Amino acid sequence: MEYLLASGVGLMTAAGVFLILRRHTFPVILGLALLSYAVNLFLFASGRVVIGMPPILTKDAAGYTDPLTQALVLTAIVISFGMSAVIVMMALGAFLETGHDRIDTHDGRTEDGGAGD
Amino acid sequence: MTHWIIVPVVLPAVLGALIVLAMRNDLLLQRVFGLAGTVALLGVALALLRAALLNPPEVYLLGNWPAPFGIVLMLDRLAALMVLLTMVLALFVQLYAIGTGWDAKGRHFHALFLFQLMGLSGAFLTGDLFNLFVFFEVLLIASYGLMIHGGGKDRLRAGVQYVAFNLVGSTLFLFALATIYSVTGTLNMADLAVKVALLPQGDTALLRVGAMLLLLVFAIKGALVPLQFWLPGTYAAAPGPVAALFAVMTKVGAYAVIRVYTLIFPPTAPATGPMTGDVLLPAALVTLGIGAIGVLGAGTLARLVAFAAIASMGTLFTAIALFTPQATAAALFYLLHSTFATAILFLLADLVLSRRGAGTLRQALPPVAQSGLLAALFFAGAIAMAGMPPLSGFAGKLLILQAARDHMATVWPVILVTSLLMILGFAAAGSTLFWKAHASARDPGPEPPPAAALPLVAVFGLMACLVALTILAGPVLRVLEATAADLYAPAPYTAANALPAQD
Repeated sequence: MEYLLASGVGLMTAAGVFLILRRHTFPVILGLALLSYAVNLFLFASGRVVIGMPPILTKDAAGYTDPLTQALVLTAIVISFGMSAVIVMMALGAFLETGHDRIDTHDGRTEDGGAGD
Repeated sequence: MTHWIIVPVVLPAVLGALIVLAMRNDLLLQRVFGLAGTVALLGVALALLRAALLNPPEVYLLGNWPAPFGIVLMLDRLAALMVLLTMVLALFVQLYAIGTGWDAKGRHFHALFLFQLMGLSGAFLTGDLFNLFVFFEVLLIASYGLMIHGGGKDRLRAGVQYVAFNLVGSTLFLFALATIYSVTGTLNMADLAVKVALLPQGDTALLRVGAMLLLLVFAIKGALVPLQFWLPGTYAAAPGPVAALFAVMTKVGAYAVIRVYTLIFPPTAPATGPMTGDVLLPAALVTLGIGAIGVLGAGTLARLVAFAAIASMGTLFTAIALFTPQATAAALFYLLHSTFATAILFLLADLVLSRRGAGTLRQALPPVAQSGLLAALFFAGAIAMAGMPPLSGFAGKLLILQAARDHMATVWPVILVTSLLMILGFAAAGSTLFWKAHASARDPGPEPPPAAALPLVAVFGLMACLVALTILAGPVLRVLEATAADLYAPAPYTAANALPAQD
């Protein structure tokens, strides 16, 4: 169980890091999504891996799982969901405006990237 | 005072939503309510600062859950000071945006602006690390909207990069939080401070990793080398007033470093030791160098100011990295100063750009309208930014040099040489913009009508803040010294949380 979880986090992080180093926005967004999955699992595991235990107080519980990390993961999922939506929309906007979906910083055209219209 | 602590978070949240829902089509109403909201927040921030100066740190329990279980907001001198700084800056930036019509170039400027203020005040007031993450996200998501306000190719491209970079930062933040939580079992800052102090030396590799990951996250926010790449492109492409507001966003990173690494992982904690300062100091000095070289080589005015902002963050982090009460007081003074100076320069860059048409510094163009006035303002702004007398940048740098007397061989030359480089960069830029312009004027043409007064009022207002900071340097410094002393004696801060006895 621990091995499965740990290698899952590791694999997804590695794949995510590989993808966010790509040059186009679509793989980068996928990489960010993978990273957020990895971190969700990691957050979950930071409360220790426990199977079949209740998260809230009951009269006849042998032990408990940590409820706080579950709340943290929930918050993180909501936030990363919202952020993914934002970056997809912005990437789409940038693609429609510029006609390409490159995300690297240097293409020579930002030299006069002033603040005016 | 109890419920006032949450007002800087709740008021903009309600008002921002109201503006989106009820006034989406009426710019005048948006302006009135947005401005009224900022003025009200400024009043609340003043009241909070007064309370924080008179009383010991105060806790606000959300939902009345006791400290380590529920989320707390903490009001102490540093938090109150940062909230006040944000609101003062926000007021002038908002006036500028209204005066120049920037807020009419896209939709929802004022709502996003208020959400940004909500995120900033929340980040300063929170006493919980996970809550800090949440407020970082709130201020970031508002900043994404503000950053691409007005649209345009370059802005959207830079916006996507900015968002992607910050999403990676958020993921790192979560990794850091999970690592720290797995060691300590808590994320309440005061509780963390108590628990980390009890951890013995050795066998704390996981905690050290967590502390370093957290430092990386704050370094991304604060544009510390080697994580500063996002800043020049973002700030240069953002609308002028938004870039000016972002002057306080980098300071959020500096604030978080001061808070976390004096309270939770102070140099005296046996588990982590002085490693933070050891890492931070070289990075800060390199940041300072890169910023100053960038100022010297920038091709456009907006990029020049962005690199000056990086250099100011380098100076700030240099002072923070020393982790002594004296150096922290100097850092706080420089933080106040550099926020205003950066904002002034971004607003001026926007004013010049809107008249000149192009921001390039490679060629001289005919003089702009009100050239003399703008030149004088740019001169004052450059003096402030480079840290020359008589403005407060000089006092700030002097205080930092004085605090760094133990590191005379490393800190002093870097700060002094970079100041010289920045003076050179600003002088070259200023002469291209305003001086050579007169020589290149072939046909003066009809004098364009002078622009609206409100943008200039905003710039002069910020300049007045700088002058006030210079004149009142003594009293301000005394307050900051008390603030810094509080940071290094966090017992009242921890006690305010009324934590249960440790087992």
